[in-house]
Amino acid sequence: MVNATEEIKKETASAEDNKAGIAGSTSGFPVSMKVYKLKDLKPFSREIIKSSGENINNCYQCKKCSNGCPITYAMDIQPHLIIKMIQLGMEKEVLGSKTIWLCAACETCGTRCPNEIKLADMMDSLRQMAETKGYVLGQKNASIFHKSFLDSIEKYGRVYEIGMIRDFTIKASGLFGKFFDGSLMRDGKLGIKLIKKGKLGFSPHKIKGTAQIKEIFKKLKRG
Amino acid sequence: MKVSYYPGCSLHGTGREYAESTEAVFKSLGTELVEIEDWNCCGASSGHSRNRDVAVGLPARNLLLAKKSGFTDMVIPCSACFQRTKVAEHELKNHPEMFPEIKYDGGVHIMDIVTFVSENIGIDTIKKKIKKHLDGLKAVTYYGCLTMRHPSITGSKDFENPRNMDALLTALGIDVLDWSYKTDCCGGSLVLTRPDIVWELSGRLYDKAIEAGAECIVTLCPLCQGNLDQQQAEISKKNNRKYNLPVFYFTELMGLAMGEGDVNTWFKRHLVDPTALLKSKKFL
Repeated sequence: MVNATEEIKKETASAEDNKAGIAGSTSGFPVSMKVYKLKDLKPFSREIIKSSGENINNCYQCKKCSNGCPITYAMDIQPHLIIKMIQLGMEKEVLGSKTIWLCAACETCGTRCPNEIKLADMMDSLRQMAETKGYVLGQKNASIFHKSFLDSIEKYGRVYEIGMIRDFTIKASGLFGKFFDGSLMRDGKLGIKLIKKGKLGFSPHKIKGTAQIKEIFKKLKRG
Repeated sequence: MKVSYYPGCSLHGTGREYAESTEAVFKSLGTELVEIEDWNCCGASSGHSRNRDVAVGLPARNLLLAKKSGFTDMVIPCSACFQRTKVAEHELKNHPEMFPEIKYDGGVHIMDIVTFVSENIGIDTIKKKIKKHLDGLKAVTYYGCLTMRHPSITGSKDFENPRNMDALLTALGIDVLDWSYKTDCCGGSLVLTRPDIVWELSGRLYDKAIEAGAECIVTLCPLCQGNLDQQQAEISKKNNRKYNLPVFYFTELMGLAMGEGDVNTWFKRHLVDPTALLKSKKFL
């Protein structure tokens, strides 16, 4: 997490020690190396590195992340390009993208990244930033889903599925919207099957420690 | 042997047969699962999407409750709960300064259920309990994402080609087939926001499972089972191909082999009815 920031700080310090800005090479030839300092980076890039703890400047665009990602076909910007665009400071494009909401956090990318960048953690930071900065979200219902899900936990301590889905449906598309695109019928039928199978309950289970849960959520409310 | 048990919300809801089969099998194997009292939701995908403090704080409460009850081992069947709890442990260990209000100094060993069954109970113990070998059942194993990834968090060494569930099922007599999709994503929680993505990803899993020669898919994750079982009828319509692939929890098949009495209750909860397949093999 903070390691990335520290790493940059360390790099900066060593660059300052080496007044000429030249890093030695093993072959004996001096190799000129541009060492980026945190302050040299675009503000957007700096913010993401700080909040996610992921040093996206290590990326050399090998595209291993995008090649392994199962969802690129539905994304508007491929994961490796998200990194490049952050480096270039393209805040509006990145924070308004669908990609940051379609990432399912399967972590295939981060597991395979040769530079140990956990892209899923970066995506979390991007989602949070898109919300706090008030961007028009690329996949608004994903954000509504996360809110409905967490509201349910805050209230009961556990997810109350029927209540959460009802809340999400009303806020995301409205019952009319769902009726007209046919998804109300589809999801309703599935819901009835699940109720018959004993998989969905009609009453929430409220834990005893809801006061402690509210305490955990206070930080979210403060932002 | 007693162990702290965190079922998580899915096992009390859409994954009820996972909880039922897990609890039955553990009992027969002589391991007592002690459910963490008053546990809360781990926050799942939504917690980390919205806020780091919530994502760490929610599982941390469960960890503290397990510790307070004096347990050193905690077993978690749900992949998402397992991974979120491991993330919380990792964050609290490596960045305690960011969570000053959470006083957790370690001491609880968090394990995913397959690792616990393979390592702490052991295949030999299971073999002794087998009453009916499930010979000739052709299956692919599906581990999904979060029991393995990210390996720096989960500690998984076999993250591209996990084999511990394969070994368990092979011990039951099942013919575990090779395929390349053991850890490919099913689409997870996108099922509510972008079901089309789940249809695409899960549909591909069916196609590849059938191509490998599988008659069923066996998983350890309640979200994967949920998508693969509940969406199968819809995906059949979309892909114009009648899939009929029962999706089992590995604990259900353990229970079947061990002669548990409640197997039919579990199988009745599936949307894709597995009983015809099991009857054809004379397991039921």
